[in-house]
Amino acid sequence: MNSDRRDFVLTAGKLLLLTAPAAAYLEAVESGKAEEPAYKTFEHYWGMIVDIEKCIGCGNCVRACKVENDVPLEPYFFRTWVERYHVEGAGEHPDVDSPDGGYNGFPEKYAAGDGAKSFFVPKLCNQCAHSPCTQVCPVGATFESPDGAVLVDKTYCLGCRYCVQACPYGCRFIDPRTNTVDKCNLCYHRITKGLTTACCESCPTGARQLVDLKDARDPVHEFLRTHKVHVLKPQMATGSKVFYNALDGSVR
Amino acid sequence: MEEGILHAIQGYMYPNEVELQWSILIVLYPFTTGLVAGAFILASLERVFNVAAVKPTYRLALLSALAFLLVSPLPLQLHLGHPERSIEMYLTPHTSSAMAMFGFIYLWYLMAVLVLEIWLDYRKDMVLMARSETGWKKTLYRILTLGVDNISEESLRIDDKLGRFITIVGIPSALLLHGYVGFIFGSVKANPWWSTPVMPIVFLFSAIVSGIALVLLMYMLVCFLKGIPIDMPCVDTIARYLMYAFLVDFSLEMLDLIHRIYEADESFKSLDFMVHTRLYTSQILVQIVFGTIIPIAMLAFIQLVKLSDAARKGIYTLAGFLTLMGIFAMRWNVVIGGQLFSKSFLGYTTYKMAFATKEGLLPAILLMILPFVILWGLVKLLPPFDEEKAAV
Amino acid sequence: MNRFLKDKEHLFRMAALFAAGVVLFLIVRAVLVPKGFGVYGHYRAGALADNRVRAPRFAGRAACIECHTDEGDRLKGGKHAGVGCEACHGALAKHAADPSSLKPTKPDSKTLCQTCHLMNVAKPAKFPQIDPKSHMDGGPCLTCHDQHAPDKEPKK
Repeated sequence: MNSDRRDFVLTAGKLLLLTAPAAAYLEAVESGKAEEPAYKTFEHYWGMIVDIEKCIGCGNCVRACKVENDVPLEPYFFRTWVERYHVEGAGEHPDVDSPDGGYNGFPEKYAAGDGAKSFFVPKLCNQCAHSPCTQVCPVGATFESPDGAVLVDKTYCLGCRYCVQACPYGCRFIDPRTNTVDKCNLCYHRITKGLTTACCESCPTGARQLVDLKDARDPVHEFLRTHKVHVLKPQMATGSKVFYNALDGSVR
Repeated sequence: MEEGILHAIQGYMYPNEVELQWSILIVLYPFTTGLVAGAFILASLERVFNVAAVKPTYRLALLSALAFLLVSPLPLQLHLGHPERSIEMYLTPHTSSAMAMFGFIYLWYLMAVLVLEIWLDYRKDMVLMARSETGWKKTLYRILTLGVDNISEESLRIDDKLGRFITIVGIPSALLLHGYVGFIFGSVKANPWWSTPVMPIVFLFSAIVSGIALVLLMYMLVCFLKGIPIDMPCVDTIARYLMYAFLVDFSLEMLDLIHRIYEADESFKSLDFMVHTRLYTSQILVQIVFGTIIPIAMLAFIQLVKLSDAARKGIYTLAGFLTLMGIFAMRWNVVIGGQLFSKSFLGYTTYKMAFATKEGLLPAILLMILPFVILWGLVKLLPPFDEEKAAV
Repeated sequence: MNRFLKDKEHLFRMAALFAAGVVLFLIVRAVLVPKGFGVYGHYRAGALADNRVRAPRFAGRAACIECHTDEGDRLKGGKHAGVGCEACHGALAKHAADPSSLKPTKPDSKTLCQTCHLMNVAKPAKFPQIDPKSHMDGGPCLTCHDQHAPDKEPKK
């Protein structure tokens, strides 16, 4: 091969080699930015307030969530559910039930004036800031989004169930139709469009309210300042972002 | 998931907890990897610590380890919702996940330790067989020797040195292999039955116990099948090491138990109730009484009273089986036990094990038989005893 | 070179095999790792968009009021002002998008009202709740209550 052809081949080869990584880089960056221009992920940090003093156990949230998010209807798959507590004394041994997760409300089973207190506690994914479930996922199929929602990548999940084991709150389940994990994702498809979650939308008493901790005008800041607020299992240090008002110490 | 499961609940469970997440297949996994680690530790006793008495079992221990290591990922694959995606653990491992990092430890141990060590130890035999065999066997051995025919003194000396080095590296690798499985459970703060710093160590020592018991039984069985006399000083030594390891393992488990009972934290009442009811048979009876105390007592008895060869062989066989049963029960009690109680500490569920389903008893049985089938093949391919070496 | 290789060739062949395995792994990795993985964290960036793909089934109060201004006015200032339309009428995003595509059925007041207002010991004491047998002999709720402004008489 004479030197001209040799030079040509070498230069063309180098250029070809350069275009491949350049194209790959561009594609990686571009596909990563697949967002609608209206919603700015980094300007939000989502959480929720649940007000025990307002929950009436109607089950609207449970039903609405199953409709909105196409959750399997069997009574052992819930993105959100409601528990009823019946507590005597200091609350070391509460009587707890959740018939079908509260899907059909709560048939009365206690008599008034029996010396105990009772109340409802809605439960959902706590959207933990230091979530133990994302920590254990072996492949990165569940993660904390930049705007504070803990989401699942259903195309990537192996269905190993490690995250289900690692969640202290029991909020995850395996969807039998996809064999991947599923859980409350804070109605991510709604909150990124300026709507509120399905459960908050259908709650008749305002016991559930979506909050944006990064929004200075969100009432959550004043609420947290003026109410006695609790998270579930604080000793686990999960950074839970679901704040309960008037949560009794007996709640598990 | 069965309709009936809701009726098997006692007390209150979070609705999503009713179904058990990890089945008997996940019980198999720590059991088989434990056998691997234990068998390897026994093999290394000879190679690194120069316990000459156990030399007859060296190769068999390595082959047993390999057979079980090859089968270990299979129950996991059957369990996964999407086994076709399992390669993601190697492509994008989440470094904070013990499960992901375990994939690499498994691979390291399989390739860099076990396969290399077996290859180096058997290389001379494989070359000899490549020379003397015919047909497809000849081709197979030539491939295994990577086409190299050299078995000069010098090359064998290099093999031996390298093999010794690999065994030394292999010991912490084996400790890591099974300690990591313990960590997979022990690091889950959400589950108080699992969450304890002592879990990796308990897993490791019970692995050593099970591996030693396995090699003990396999050695006696293979000798029996091939009509070779059992080397009594060898099995006596193995049984002694089994006893020592068992004493350490039992002490660790009792320490964990005593600690739990004494501290009696928020989970204690619920766990205590579970152990006394749903877990009573598998934990108290199978694991502790029949699976630990009785084998230890039998092995200790032999140290104190002189018995005939035949009596000792009988005791070793029985103790070996009880040990394996006990260690299997330990894995069962950890994995299944950890899911029988609610994280609300207010309720309990049941494990309904099906038979002929993807995660039922039948695949579990088949997966436990498979390593022995593989071992049979390996023993045929790479005979572990001197008596059968092909003539030069 | 040959003196160095002597008696070690099998080791070099094994090492080459290992090296080939590593290279193969790296190639497979480069091909199979999904695009956008690792951009924001240890996950596929496209998963954020995937989680937004679902079509909402609940439209939200604001969408309803756009057309149903009468009901919106009746609700204002009343006891049900804070209750979303779809809390009683069900998921109606389809209807909000194209009213003729889905005509909502009127909820049965007896069962619906009791969902919230049936007496239950666990409900907050301040919340209005009744025992239907003793409250007006279990008559239809709408006889006395306007469902959109319950403390007022029903519209005639």
